[in-house]
Amino acid sequence: MVTDKSRLGFYLLLAPILLWLMVLIILPHIGLFIVSISEKIGPREYATGFGNYAVFFTEPLYWNTFARTAIMSIVATALTLLLGFPIAYYIAKLTRGRTKTTLFLMCMIPFWVSELVRTFGWMILLRETGVFSNLLMALGLVDGPVEMLYNDAAMMVGLVYTSILFMVVPLVTTLDSLDDGLIEAGYDLGGTSTSILREIVIPHAMPGIVSGCIVVFMLSLGNYLTPILLGGKDSLWFTGMIYSQFITRFNWELGSAFGFLLLVLSSLVVFIGLKLTGQSLSNTMGPT
Amino acid sequence: MKTAVVSTFAVITTLSAPSTSAETLRLLTWGGYAPEEVIKLFEAETGHNVEVTTSNNEEIIAKLRATNGGGFDLAQPSQDRIASAQEEFGIYKPIDMTKVDADLFIPSMLAATAENTTYDGKVYGLPQIWGTSGLVVNTVEAGDVTDYTDLCDASVAGKVSYRLKRPTLIGFAYSMGLDPFAAYDDPEAYQAILDQVETRLTDCKPNVKTYWDGGDEIKNLLRSGEVVASMAWDTGGWQLNADNPDITFVAPEAGALGWIDTFALPARGRADDAAYDWINFVMKPEIASIITNSAGNFTAAVSGDKAVSPDLKTRYQASFDDEAIDNIKWYPPVPAGLEAMEGATLDRINAAK
Repeated sequence: MVTDKSRLGFYLLLAPILLWLMVLIILPHIGLFIVSISEKIGPREYATGFGNYAVFFTEPLYWNTFARTAIMSIVATALTLLLGFPIAYYIAKLTRGRTKTTLFLMCMIPFWVSELVRTFGWMILLRETGVFSNLLMALGLVDGPVEMLYNDAAMMVGLVYTSILFMVVPLVTTLDSLDDGLIEAGYDLGGTSTSILREIVIPHAMPGIVSGCIVVFMLSLGNYLTPILLGGKDSLWFTGMIYSQFITRFNWELGSAFGFLLLVLSSLVVFIGLKLTGQSLSNTMGPT
Repeated sequence: MKTAVVSTFAVITTLSAPSTSAETLRLLTWGGYAPEEVIKLFEAETGHNVEVTTSNNEEIIAKLRATNGGGFDLAQPSQDRIASAQEEFGIYKPIDMTKVDADLFIPSMLAATAENTTYDGKVYGLPQIWGTSGLVVNTVEAGDVTDYTDLCDASVAGKVSYRLKRPTLIGFAYSMGLDPFAAYDDPEAYQAILDQVETRLTDCKPNVKTYWDGGDEIKNLLRSGEVVASMAWDTGGWQLNADNPDITFVAPEAGALGWIDTFALPARGRADDAAYDWINFVMKPEIASIITNSAGNFTAAVSGDKAVSPDLKTRYQASFDDEAIDNIKWYPPVPAGLEAMEGATLDRINAAK
């Protein structure tokens, strides 16, 4: 009787997440897959086949755009880690009590407004008639207005800025759990700051680093607004390409195939990343 | 108890039953085409409610395709985008001319739209608003820009913007002495034109500051002076002209590209009567003038320009003399599959270094 009851409770608790997975993730993906394997042969006429996937591999443009998106996302992830780690270390190890909360809050405040507003903020700063350009002219450092928008660097700044919080939070959590005694012991045994960082801090923070990297990589790869608004004339981004296949070309079949390829290839990059760092997914996503 | 249930049921049925007197009209349209003032007048006169969703040509088709023509009762795609969308996706239903007051429409525009929106012997569109795209230029700083290809001139390098969309391909093709509309039905000839335009636009890339996406974006760029010449809609140019007399719309030598936005009935729309009421209401001359003042473009309504503000008329006449009007290239219906060819070209231009 008791087991029956607890089992019922178990299923009841499981129901929402199962429903969520089925209705919002698995079913749409099945639908997407079915659309992606139908090839258009004429108005309202479709045949089943993998032609849409073949288009991706035969047309270098699509393949290049994907590679570009993946590489830029990896670079953005690395930059976010480089910037985020010192911030997280400072918050977790060098501050106490109220200062800690305040600093943590300051990291979060920009995320209280929408991504669109944050991106427009960068546009106001970087554009030719914008804040930075005018400041440089007022200081007499440049003669005429400088355009800092519409290039890959501006896009990178935007990508790092939009995702840095998702790096800092897991890092602070893992670094918090590192016993200060271990660091002191390291110094007592004659270790230098670099060797302690390498031998003690980074190995301990590894699950946080990897989970932060996975989240930031996925966010950059799937970002749509930042590359479109800040990127230059040739800054194609794969999500923008999927959007244009669906909305402006009415080519849902190719768009679906692209969507699926994005899913497969991004999973592959994450898998390779885990293998290279010697982490497992359960280790990263589990107790940190 | 039983009577209570029955009466509750009766109340529910009456509430949910589609009554002919008051319906909710879900309108899928462009910004400015359904001003608040007109909606209030319409609701007061007919008792219908109006819910407005603003959109653009591509999104109108994508939205209706996602629901097989449901979710909206009246849509406003351009006349060249109806027949092919109907052929491919079946998202519209034919117009019932007995419910439309045809006398309100300028006959030549009504006939031309009917011809272009006919699929399988049935008419799917009625004209409402027309306008053009061409050049919006800061005449003081870029007075030499009088045609699409002038945007590639060294004198305006780095201060040019246009969209990576089909109007750009077509405008450049005309400016290069080609005739894309004549090649619409011949995929090979059209591809040859696209290839020439692709080379030209790729060469022109260093001149471009950025490819704009939304109307506000290009207005912002022109207003701030970061861009001095661009391809854009006539209304955008006239609006900027109101703030800065140097900037205005210029009809290109190769011809402005003319579009007509229509009324079309989505296949699974539920409030057809309200839709016809709306059509007959907004085509009245006095209402059409209000819409012209709000949207900035003229309508297909008979005497619809009577009460239009004199400022707008002056700007229109300054941009278009009679010759420029005769030279407008009106979009013919886009054959199915043409967008895929253009899309590949646009992607290649975008990716080119």
